[in-house]
Amino acid sequence: MKFTEEHEWLRVEGDEVVVGITAHAAEQLGDVVFIELPDEGTTVSKDDEIVVIESVKAASDILAPLDGEITEVNEALVEEPSKVNEDPEGEAWFFKMKIEDMSALDDMMDEAAYKKYIG
Amino acid sequence: MSDLKRTPLYDLHVSLGAKMVPFAGYEMPVQYKLGVMKEHLHCRTAAGLFDVSHMGQVILRADDPEAAKVALERLIPQDVLGLGEGRQRYGFFTNDDGGIEDDLMFANRGDHLFVVVNAACKEADVARMRAAMEPGVTVKLLENRALLALQGPKAEAVLAEHHPSVAEMRFMDVATVPLAGAECWVSRSGYTGEDGYEISVPVAAATELAQALLAHEEVEAIGLGARDSLRLEAGLCLYGHDIDSTTSPVEGGLTWAIQKSRRRGGAREGGFPGAARILEELTDGAARRRVGLQPEGRAPMREGTKLFASETSDTPVGIVTSGGFGPSVNAPVAMGYVETALSDTGTALFGEVRGKRLPVTVASLPFVAAGFKR
Repeated sequence: MKFTEEHEWLRVEGDEVVVGITAHAAEQLGDVVFIELPDEGTTVSKDDEIVVIESVKAASDILAPLDGEITEVNEALVEEPSKVNEDPEGEAWFFKMKIEDMSALDDMMDEAAYKKYIG
Repeated sequence: MSDLKRTPLYDLHVSLGAKMVPFAGYEMPVQYKLGVMKEHLHCRTAAGLFDVSHMGQVILRADDPEAAKVALERLIPQDVLGLGEGRQRYGFFTNDDGGIEDDLMFANRGDHLFVVVNAACKEADVARMRAAMEPGVTVKLLENRALLALQGPKAEAVLAEHHPSVAEMRFMDVATVPLAGAECWVSRSGYTGEDGYEISVPVAAATELAQALLAHEEVEAIGLGARDSLRLEAGLCLYGHDIDSTTSPVEGGLTWAIQKSRRRGGAREGGFPGAARILEELTDGAARRRVGLQPEGRAPMREGTKLFASETSDTPVGIVTSGGFGPSVNAPVAMGYVETALSDTGTALFGEVRGKRLPVTVASLPFVAAGFKR
Protein backbone atom coordinates (compact mmCIF):
# COMPACT_ATOMS: atom_id res chain seq x y z
CA MET A 1 0.00 0.00 0.00
CA LYS A 2 1.00 3.58 -0.68
CA PHE A 3 -0.20 6.64 1.20
CA THR A 4 -0.74 10.33 0.41
CA GLU A 5 -0.38 13.35 2.65
CA GLU A 6 -4.16 13.74 2.27
CA HIS A 7 -4.57 10.45 4.20
CA GLU A 8 -5.59 8.30 1.27
CA TRP A 9 -4.30 4.78 0.73
CA LEU A 10 -3.65 3.32 -2.73
CA ARG A 11 -3.42 -0.36 -3.52
CA VAL A 12 -2.32 -1.61 -6.95
CA GLU A 13 -4.61 -4.19 -8.55
CA GLY A 14 -3.37 -5.15 -11.99
CA ASP A 15 -3.25 -1.97 -14.06
CA GLU A 16 -5.54 -0.10 -11.67
CA VAL A 17 -5.24 1.41 -8.23
CA VAL A 18 -7.88 1.10 -5.52
CA VAL A 19 -8.24 4.21 -3.35
CA GLY A 20 -9.64 4.71 0.15
CA ILE A 21 -8.97 6.74 3.27
CA THR A 22 -6.77 5.59 6.12
CA ALA A 23 -7.99 4.38 9.49
CA HIS A 24 -6.37 7.49 10.97
CA ALA A 25 -8.41 9.74 8.64
CA ALA A 26 -11.63 7.85 9.39
CA GLU A 27 -11.01 8.22 13.10
CA GLN A 28 -10.40 11.96 12.73
CA LEU A 29 -13.55 12.42 10.63
CA GLY A 30 -15.80 10.64 13.11
CA ASP A 31 -19.00 8.86 12.12
CA VAL A 32 -19.43 9.16 8.35
CA VAL A 33 -23.04 9.84 7.32
CA PHE A 34 -22.94 10.81 3.64
CA ILE A 35 -20.78 10.02 0.63
CA GLU A 36 -20.99 11.34 -2.91
CA LEU A 37 -18.92 9.46 -5.48
CA PRO A 38 -17.80 10.53 -8.97
CA ASP A 39 -19.25 8.97 -12.12
CA GLU A 40 -17.43 5.98 -13.53
CA GLY A 41 -15.48 7.02 -16.61
CA THR A 42 -14.66 10.49 -15.28
CA THR A 43 -11.24 11.77 -16.24
CA VAL A 44 -9.57 13.42 -13.25
CA SER A 45 -6.47 15.45 -12.55
CA LYS A 46 -4.39 15.19 -9.40
CA ASP A 47 -5.99 17.16 -6.52
CA ASP A 48 -9.44 17.41 -8.15
CA GLU A 49 -12.12 17.16 -5.46
CA ILE A 50 -13.82 13.96 -6.55
CA VAL A 51 -15.49 12.51 -3.44
CA VAL A 52 -17.59 14.36 -0.88
CA ILE A 53 -17.52 12.80 2.54
CA GLU A 54 -19.62 14.14 5.40
CA SER A 55 -19.32 13.04 8.98
CA VAL A 56 -21.42 14.02 11.96
CA LYS A 57 -18.90 16.81 12.45
CA ALA A 58 -18.16 18.31 9.03
CA ALA A 59 -17.95 18.00 5.27
CA SER A 60 -14.66 17.24 3.57
CA ASP A 61 -13.37 16.17 0.17
CA ILE A 62 -11.22 13.40 -1.13
CA LEU A 63 -8.84 14.57 -3.80
CA ALA A 64 -7.74 12.62 -6.84
CA PRO A 65 -4.32 11.27 -5.81
CA LEU A 66 -3.02 11.24 -9.40
CA ASP A 67 -4.07 11.98 -12.99
CA GLY A 68 -6.22 9.25 -14.49
CA GLU A 69 -9.69 7.86 -15.13
CA ILE A 70 -12.23 6.58 -12.62
CA THR A 71 -13.07 3.00 -13.63
CA GLU A 72 -15.28 1.86 -10.76
CA VAL A 73 -16.86 3.34 -7.62
CA ASN A 74 -18.00 1.57 -4.46
CA GLU A 75 -21.75 2.25 -4.54
CA ALA A 76 -22.23 0.24 -1.34
CA LEU A 77 -20.72 3.16 0.59
CA VAL A 78 -23.51 5.48 -0.53
CA GLU A 79 -26.04 3.15 1.10
CA GLU A 80 -23.90 2.46 4.14
CA PRO A 81 -21.48 5.32 4.82
CA SER A 82 -20.69 3.85 8.25
CA LYS A 83 -18.56 1.19 6.51
CA VAL A 84 -15.89 3.89 6.28
CA ASN A 85 -15.58 3.82 10.07
CA GLU A 86 -15.89 0.06 10.33
CA ASP A 87 -13.37 -1.05 7.71
CA PRO A 88 -11.64 1.98 6.17
CA GLU A 89 -8.66 0.14 4.75
CA GLY A 90 -10.59 -2.89 3.47
CA GLU A 91 -14.22 -3.05 2.45
CA ALA A 92 -14.68 0.73 2.38
CA TRP A 93 -12.63 1.53 -0.71
CA PHE A 94 -13.98 4.57 -2.57
CA PHE A 95 -13.00 4.16 -6.20
CA LYS A 96 -10.68 2.43 -8.62
CA MET A 97 -8.78 4.38 -11.22
CA LYS A 98 -6.48 3.85 -14.15
CA ILE A 99 -3.55 6.15 -13.69
CA GLU A 100 -1.50 7.55 -16.49
CA ASP A 101 1.88 7.17 -14.88
CA MET A 102 2.25 4.21 -12.54
CA SER A 103 5.76 5.29 -11.63
CA ALA A 104 4.24 8.25 -9.75
CA LEU A 105 3.37 5.74 -7.02
CA ASP A 106 7.08 5.31 -6.31
CA ASP A 107 7.23 8.82 -4.84
CA MET A 108 4.46 8.15 -2.36
CA MET A 109 4.85 7.15 1.27
CA ASP A 110 4.93 3.50 2.24
CA GLU A 111 3.25 2.35 5.43
CA ALA A 112 6.26 3.07 7.65
CA ALA A 113 6.64 6.57 6.23
CA TYR A 114 2.91 7.26 6.66
CA LYS A 115 2.96 6.11 10.26
CA LYS A 116 5.80 8.51 10.89
CA TYR A 117 3.90 11.26 9.04
CA ILE A 118 0.86 10.99 11.29
CA GLY A 119 3.10 10.74 14.35
CA MET B 1 -4.76 25.45 24.29
CA SER B 2 -2.94 27.16 27.16
CA ASP B 3 -5.12 30.28 27.38
CA LEU B 4 -8.27 28.18 27.56
CA LYS B 5 -10.08 27.56 30.81
CA ARG B 6 -10.84 24.12 32.13
CA THR B 7 -13.91 22.91 33.96
CA PRO B 8 -13.57 21.05 37.29
CA LEU B 9 -14.15 17.80 35.36
CA TYR B 10 -11.23 18.26 32.95
CA ASP B 11 -9.15 15.44 34.40
CA LEU B 12 -12.14 13.11 34.34
CA HIS B 13 -12.75 13.88 30.66
CA VAL B 14 -9.14 13.11 29.80
CA SER B 15 -9.21 9.87 31.81
CA LEU B 16 -12.35 8.83 29.91
CA GLY B 17 -10.53 9.29 26.59
CA ALA B 18 -12.35 12.44 25.54
CA LYS B 19 -11.26 14.43 22.53
CA MET B 20 -10.90 17.96 23.89
CA VAL B 21 -11.60 21.00 21.73
CA PRO B 22 -11.78 24.75 22.36
CA PHE B 23 -15.36 25.92 22.90
CA ALA B 24 -16.46 29.32 24.23
CA GLY B 25 -13.07 29.84 25.88
CA TYR B 26 -12.94 26.39 27.50
CA GLU B 27 -11.33 23.08 26.71
CA MET B 28 -14.39 20.89 26.36
CA PRO B 29 -14.99 17.24 25.41
CA VAL B 30 -16.46 17.09 21.88
CA GLN B 31 -16.73 13.31 22.08
CA TYR B 32 -15.60 10.32 24.09
CA LYS B 33 -14.64 6.84 22.91
CA LEU B 34 -18.17 5.94 21.76
CA GLY B 35 -18.20 8.74 19.18
CA VAL B 36 -20.91 11.26 18.38
CA MET B 37 -23.40 8.88 16.76
CA LYS B 38 -23.43 6.25 19.52
CA GLU B 39 -23.37 8.88 22.27
CA HIS B 40 -26.42 10.54 20.73
CA LEU B 41 -28.35 7.28 20.41
CA HIS B 42 -27.37 6.21 23.91
CA CYS B 43 -28.77 9.42 25.38
CA ARG B 44 -32.07 8.90 23.55
CA THR B 45 -32.46 5.31 24.75
CA ALA B 46 -30.76 5.27 28.18
CA ALA B 47 -29.00 8.19 29.86
CA GLY B 48 -26.15 10.54 29.11
CA LEU B 49 -24.01 12.69 31.39
CA PHE B 50 -22.87 16.08 30.10
CA ASP B 51 -20.41 18.52 31.63
CA VAL B 52 -21.87 21.98 31.07
CA SER B 53 -19.77 23.71 33.72
CA HIS B 54 -18.63 26.27 31.17
CA MET B 55 -22.06 27.87 31.36
CA GLY B 56 -22.57 30.84 33.64
CA GLN B 57 -24.36 30.21 36.94
CA VAL B 58 -25.54 33.46 38.46
CA ILE B 59 -27.33 34.32 41.70
CA LEU B 60 -29.52 37.43 41.97
CA ARG B 61 -30.12 38.20 45.61
CA ALA B 62 -31.68 41.10 47.53
CA ASP B 63 -33.13 41.69 50.97
CA ASP B 64 -36.45 42.00 49.17
CA PRO B 65 -36.55 39.12 46.64
CA GLU B 66 -39.21 41.00 44.68
CA ALA B 67 -36.65 43.71 43.86
CA ALA B 68 -34.49 41.22 41.95
CA LYS B 69 -37.52 39.95 40.04
CA VAL B 70 -38.64 43.44 39.11
CA ALA B 71 -35.12 44.23 37.91
CA LEU B 72 -34.84 41.05 35.82
CA GLU B 73 -38.17 41.86 34.17
CA ARG B 74 -36.55 45.06 32.87
CA LEU B 75 -34.13 42.90 30.83
CA ILE B 76 -36.27 40.03 29.57
CA PRO B 77 -39.81 39.73 28.16
CA GLN B 78 -40.69 36.92 30.56
CA ASP B 79 -42.96 36.82 33.60
CA VAL B 80 -40.50 36.66 36.50
CA LEU B 81 -42.80 37.98 39.24
CA GLY B 82 -45.37 35.28 38.49
CA LEU B 83 -42.91 32.40 38.60
CA GLY B 84 -43.66 30.23 41.60
CA GLU B 85 -41.05 29.18 44.13
CA GLY B 86 -39.30 26.00 43.02
CA ARG B 87 -40.03 26.63 39.34
CA GLN B 88 -37.84 27.53 36.38
CA ARG B 89 -38.50 29.30 33.09
CA TYR B 90 -36.76 29.76 29.75
CA GLY B 91 -36.10 33.34 28.72
CA PHE B 92 -33.87 35.67 26.73
CA PHE B 93 -32.19 39.02 27.13
CA THR B 94 -33.38 41.38 24.41
CA ASN B 95 -31.74 44.51 22.97
CA ASP B 96 -33.21 47.87 21.95
CA ASP B 97 -33.72 46.61 18.39
CA GLY B 98 -35.72 43.65 19.63
CA GLY B 99 -32.91 41.19 18.94
CA ILE B 100 -31.76 38.51 21.37
CA GLU B 101 -28.53 39.09 23.33
CA ASP B 102 -28.53 35.64 24.98
CA ASP B 103 -30.97 33.01 26.13
CA LEU B 104 -31.17 31.77 29.71
CA MET B 105 -32.92 29.69 32.32
CA PHE B 106 -34.06 31.44 35.49
CA ALA B 107 -35.37 29.78 38.62
CA ASN B 108 -37.20 31.06 41.67
CA ARG B 109 -35.30 29.53 44.57
CA GLY B 110 -37.22 31.31 47.30
CA ASP B 111 -34.98 34.03 48.66
CA HIS B 112 -33.02 34.39 45.39
CA LEU B 113 -33.13 33.88 41.63
CA PHE B 114 -30.77 31.37 40.02
CA VAL B 115 -29.91 32.13 36.42
CA VAL B 116 -27.98 29.97 33.92
CA VAL B 117 -26.58 31.70 30.83
CA ASN B 118 -24.40 30.70 27.88
CA ALA B 119 -20.64 30.47 28.41
CA ALA B 120 -19.72 32.86 25.61
CA CYS B 121 -22.09 35.54 26.92
CA LYS B 122 -21.70 35.20 30.68
CA GLU B 123 -19.51 38.23 31.37
CA ALA B 124 -21.73 40.45 29.22
CA ASP B 125 -24.85 39.03 30.86
CA VAL B 126 -23.53 39.68 34.35
CA ALA B 127 -22.65 43.25 33.38
CA ARG B 128 -26.11 43.68 31.88
CA MET B 129 -27.79 42.41 35.03
CA ARG B 130 -25.60 44.49 37.35
CA ALA B 131 -26.44 47.62 35.37
CA ALA B 132 -30.17 46.92 35.67
CA MET B 133 -30.25 46.13 39.38
CA GLU B 134 -31.19 48.58 42.08
CA PRO B 135 -28.66 49.21 44.84
CA GLY B 136 -29.04 46.38 47.30
CA VAL B 137 -29.50 43.68 44.67
CA THR B 138 -26.35 41.62 44.19
CA VAL B 139 -25.44 39.75 41.01
CA LYS B 140 -22.92 37.02 41.64
CA LEU B 141 -21.32 34.83 38.97
CA LEU B 142 -20.55 31.59 40.77
CA GLU B 143 -17.05 30.19 40.25
CA ASN B 144 -17.36 27.51 42.92
CA ARG B 145 -19.96 25.28 41.27
CA ALA B 146 -19.88 22.87 38.35
CA LEU B 147 -22.94 22.09 36.21
CA LEU B 148 -23.80 18.57 35.08
CA ALA B 149 -26.71 17.42 32.94
CA LEU B 150 -28.10 13.91 33.19
CA GLN B 151 -30.43 13.37 30.26
CA GLY B 152 -32.42 10.53 28.79
CA PRO B 153 -35.30 8.16 29.57
CA LYS B 154 -33.27 6.41 32.30
CA ALA B 155 -32.17 9.66 33.99
CA GLU B 156 -34.94 9.57 36.58
CA ALA B 157 -34.27 5.98 37.64
CA VAL B 158 -30.53 6.65 37.89
CA LEU B 159 -30.70 9.89 39.85
CA ALA B 160 -33.48 8.58 42.12
CA GLU B 161 -31.03 5.93 43.35
CA HIS B 162 -28.95 8.78 44.73
CA HIS B 163 -31.91 10.67 46.15
CA PRO B 164 -35.51 9.50 45.73
CA SER B 165 -36.99 13.02 45.84
CA VAL B 166 -35.90 13.76 42.26
CA ALA B 167 -38.49 11.31 40.92
CA GLU B 168 -41.23 13.58 42.27
CA MET B 169 -40.00 16.62 40.34
CA ARG B 170 -41.90 17.72 37.24
CA PHE B 171 -40.48 19.35 34.11
CA MET B 172 -38.99 22.75 35.06
CA ASP B 173 -39.15 22.13 38.82
CA VAL B 174 -36.08 23.10 40.83
CA ALA B 175 -35.04 21.75 44.21
CA THR B 176 -32.14 21.50 46.59
CA VAL B 177 -31.02 17.88 46.80
CA PRO B 178 -28.07 16.33 48.65
CA LEU B 179 -25.94 14.38 46.15
CA ALA B 180 -22.40 13.06 46.64
CA GLY B 181 -22.56 14.51 50.12
CA ALA B 182 -23.01 18.04 48.82
CA GLU B 183 -25.85 20.53 48.47
CA CYS B 184 -26.88 20.34 44.83
CA TRP B 185 -29.39 22.51 43.01
CA VAL B 186 -31.32 20.29 40.68
CA SER B 187 -33.71 21.28 37.91
CA ARG B 188 -35.77 18.89 35.82
CA SER B 189 -34.78 20.30 32.45
CA GLY B 190 -32.14 20.05 29.79
CA TYR B 191 -31.11 20.66 26.22
CA THR B 192 -31.72 17.33 24.52
CA GLY B 193 -35.51 17.03 24.26
CA GLU B 194 -35.32 14.13 26.70
CA ASP B 195 -36.44 13.95 30.27
CA GLY B 196 -33.57 14.68 32.60
CA TYR B 197 -31.92 16.94 35.12
CA GLU B 198 -29.39 19.71 35.33
CA ILE B 199 -27.38 19.58 38.52
CA SER B 200 -25.42 22.48 39.97
CA VAL B 201 -22.85 20.90 42.26
CA PRO B 202 -20.06 22.42 44.39
CA VAL B 203 -16.70 22.06 42.64
CA ALA B 204 -15.32 19.95 45.48
CA ALA B 205 -17.98 17.27 44.89
CA ALA B 206 -18.30 17.52 41.11
CA THR B 207 -15.95 14.74 40.06
CA GLU B 208 -17.26 12.37 42.71
CA LEU B 209 -20.84 12.97 41.60
CA ALA B 210 -19.96 12.55 37.92
CA GLN B 211 -18.15 9.29 38.65
CA ALA B 212 -21.04 8.02 40.76
CA LEU B 213 -23.47 8.69 37.92
CA LEU B 214 -21.15 7.20 35.30
CA ALA B 215 -20.88 4.06 37.44
CA HIS B 216 -24.45 3.21 36.42
CA GLU B 217 -24.55 0.85 33.49
CA GLU B 218 -27.21 3.03 31.83
CA VAL B 219 -25.07 6.18 31.86
CA GLU B 220 -22.44 7.17 29.30
CA ALA B 221 -20.48 10.41 29.10
CA ILE B 222 -21.71 12.53 26.19
CA GLY B 223 -19.68 15.23 24.44
CA LEU B 224 -20.56 18.50 22.77
CA GLY B 225 -20.89 16.83 19.36
CA ALA B 226 -23.87 14.74 20.42
CA ARG B 227 -25.19 17.61 22.55
CA ASP B 228 -25.50 19.60 19.34
CA SER B 229 -27.25 16.88 17.32
CA LEU B 230 -29.57 16.09 20.27
CA ARG B 231 -30.68 19.71 20.66
CA LEU B 232 -31.03 20.15 16.89
CA GLU B 233 -33.37 17.14 16.65
CA ALA B 234 -35.25 18.59 19.63
CA GLY B 235 -35.68 21.89 17.73
CA LEU B 236 -33.84 23.87 20.42
CA CYS B 237 -31.95 27.02 19.50
CA LEU B 238 -28.19 27.39 19.80
CA TYR B 239 -27.41 30.98 20.70
CA GLY B 240 -25.16 32.71 18.16
CA HIS B 241 -26.45 30.44 15.42
CA ASP B 242 -30.26 30.02 15.45
CA ILE B 243 -30.88 33.18 17.44
CA ASP B 244 -28.63 36.21 17.88
CA SER B 245 -28.66 39.97 18.37
CA THR B 246 -30.32 40.43 14.95
CA THR B 247 -33.17 37.92 15.37
CA SER B 248 -36.29 38.85 17.28
CA PRO B 249 -38.15 36.35 19.49
CA VAL B 250 -41.07 36.33 17.03
CA GLU B 251 -38.76 35.60 14.09
CA GLY B 252 -37.10 32.95 16.23
CA GLY B 253 -40.38 31.18 16.93
CA LEU B 254 -40.03 31.79 20.66
CA THR B 255 -43.33 33.54 21.31
CA TRP B 256 -44.37 30.61 23.56
CA ALA B 257 -41.76 31.90 26.01
CA ILE B 258 -43.34 35.37 26.32
CA GLN B 259 -46.08 35.16 28.91
CA LYS B 260 -49.37 37.09 28.69
CA SER B 261 -48.46 39.45 31.52
CA ARG B 262 -45.71 41.02 29.38
CA ARG B 263 -47.74 41.26 26.17
CA ARG B 264 -50.14 43.99 25.02
CA GLY B 265 -52.94 44.26 27.52
CA GLY B 266 -50.97 42.33 30.14
CA ALA B 267 -50.51 43.47 33.74
CA ARG B 268 -46.88 44.43 33.08
CA GLU B 269 -46.96 45.02 29.34
CA GLY B 270 -43.61 45.82 27.74
CA GLY B 271 -40.91 47.40 29.85
CA PHE B 272 -38.06 45.32 28.38
CA PRO B 273 -35.53 46.31 25.69
CA GLY B 274 -36.99 46.26 22.19
CA ALA B 275 -40.56 46.00 23.50
CA ALA B 276 -41.95 48.24 20.75
CA ARG B 277 -40.84 45.91 17.98
CA ILE B 278 -41.48 42.67 19.84
CA LEU B 279 -45.01 43.62 20.94
CA GLU B 280 -45.83 44.75 17.42
CA GLU B 281 -44.53 41.51 15.91
CA LEU B 282 -46.49 39.48 18.46
CA THR B 283 -49.63 41.04 16.97
CA ASP B 284 -48.69 41.45 13.32
CA GLY B 285 -46.09 38.73 12.77
CA ALA B 286 -42.55 39.08 11.46
CA ALA B 287 -41.12 39.06 7.93
CA ARG B 288 -39.17 35.84 8.47
CA ARG B 289 -39.45 32.87 10.74
CA ARG B 290 -37.31 30.07 12.11
CA VAL B 291 -38.47 26.70 10.83
CA GLY B 292 -37.40 23.07 10.79
CA LEU B 293 -35.94 21.88 7.51
CA GLN B 294 -35.92 18.28 6.33
CA PRO B 295 -33.54 17.70 3.40
CA GLU B 296 -34.93 15.08 1.04
CA GLY B 297 -31.69 13.29 0.22
CA ARG B 298 -28.88 12.06 2.43
CA ALA B 299 -26.68 15.15 2.08
CA PRO B 300 -26.59 17.27 5.26
CA MET B 301 -27.40 20.97 4.80
CA ARG B 302 -25.02 22.76 7.13
CA GLU B 303 -25.13 26.21 8.69
CA GLY B 304 -24.92 28.86 5.98
CA THR B 305 -26.66 26.82 3.27
CA LYS B 306 -28.76 29.24 1.21
CA LEU B 307 -32.40 28.39 0.60
CA PHE B 308 -34.29 29.10 -2.63
CA ALA B 309 -37.94 28.89 -3.67
CA SER B 310 -37.09 27.10 -6.91
CA GLU B 311 -34.25 25.34 -8.68
CA THR B 312 -33.51 28.38 -10.81
CA SER B 313 -34.43 31.48 -8.77
CA ASP B 314 -31.62 33.97 -8.17
CA THR B 315 -32.58 35.43 -4.82
CA PRO B 316 -32.37 33.34 -1.66
CA VAL B 317 -35.51 33.16 0.48
CA GLY B 318 -33.73 31.94 3.58
CA ILE B 319 -30.67 30.41 5.18
CA VAL B 320 -29.82 27.37 7.30
CA THR B 321 -28.63 28.31 10.80
CA SER B 322 -28.01 24.79 12.16
CA GLY B 323 -27.76 21.63 10.16
CA GLY B 324 -26.27 18.21 10.23
CA PHE B 325 -27.12 14.58 10.55
CA GLY B 326 -29.80 13.51 13.02
CA PRO B 327 -28.81 10.09 14.36
CA SER B 328 -32.28 9.34 15.81
CA VAL B 329 -34.06 10.57 12.69
CA ASN B 330 -31.42 8.67 10.69
CA ALA B 331 -31.43 11.45 8.12
CA PRO B 332 -30.10 14.97 7.76
CA VAL B 333 -31.97 17.61 9.74
CA ALA B 334 -31.66 21.38 9.84
CA MET B 335 -33.28 24.58 10.98
CA GLY B 336 -33.09 28.05 9.58
CA TYR B 337 -34.92 31.21 8.63
CA VAL B 338 -37.30 31.60 5.69
CA GLU B 339 -39.65 34.35 4.53
CA THR B 340 -42.86 34.00 6.52
CA ALA B 341 -44.89 33.35 3.35
CA LEU B 342 -42.78 30.21 2.84
CA SER B 343 -42.74 29.04 6.45
CA ASP B 344 -45.73 26.67 6.42
CA THR B 345 -44.91 23.05 7.17
CA GLY B 346 -44.62 21.12 3.93
CA THR B 347 -43.40 24.04 1.83
CA ALA B 348 -40.97 22.72 -0.80
CA LEU B 349 -37.70 24.63 -1.04
CA PHE B 350 -34.19 24.06 -2.34
CA GLY B 351 -30.92 24.28 -0.47
CA GLU B 352 -27.75 25.04 -2.39
CA VAL B 353 -25.09 22.48 -1.46
CA ARG B 354 -21.80 22.54 -3.35
CA GLY B 355 -23.42 24.44 -6.21
CA LYS B 356 -26.38 22.08 -6.52
CA ARG B 357 -29.99 22.88 -5.60
CA LEU B 358 -31.21 19.99 -3.46
CA PRO B 359 -34.84 19.62 -2.35
CA VAL B 360 -35.67 20.38 1.28
CA THR B 361 -39.08 20.63 2.96
CA VAL B 362 -40.18 22.94 5.77
CA ALA B 363 -40.80 20.61 8.72
CA SER B 364 -42.45 21.07 12.08
CA LEU B 365 -40.17 21.08 15.13
CA PRO B 366 -39.11 19.07 17.01
CA PHE B 367 -37.87 16.27 14.75
CA VAL B 368 -37.98 13.90 17.72
CA ALA B 369 -40.89 14.02 20.19
CA ALA B 370 -39.95 15.48 23.57
CA GLY B 371 -39.78 13.08 26.52
CA PHE B 372 -40.42 15.67 29.24
CA LYS B 373 -42.21 14.63 32.42
CA ARG B 374 -44.86 17.33 32.67
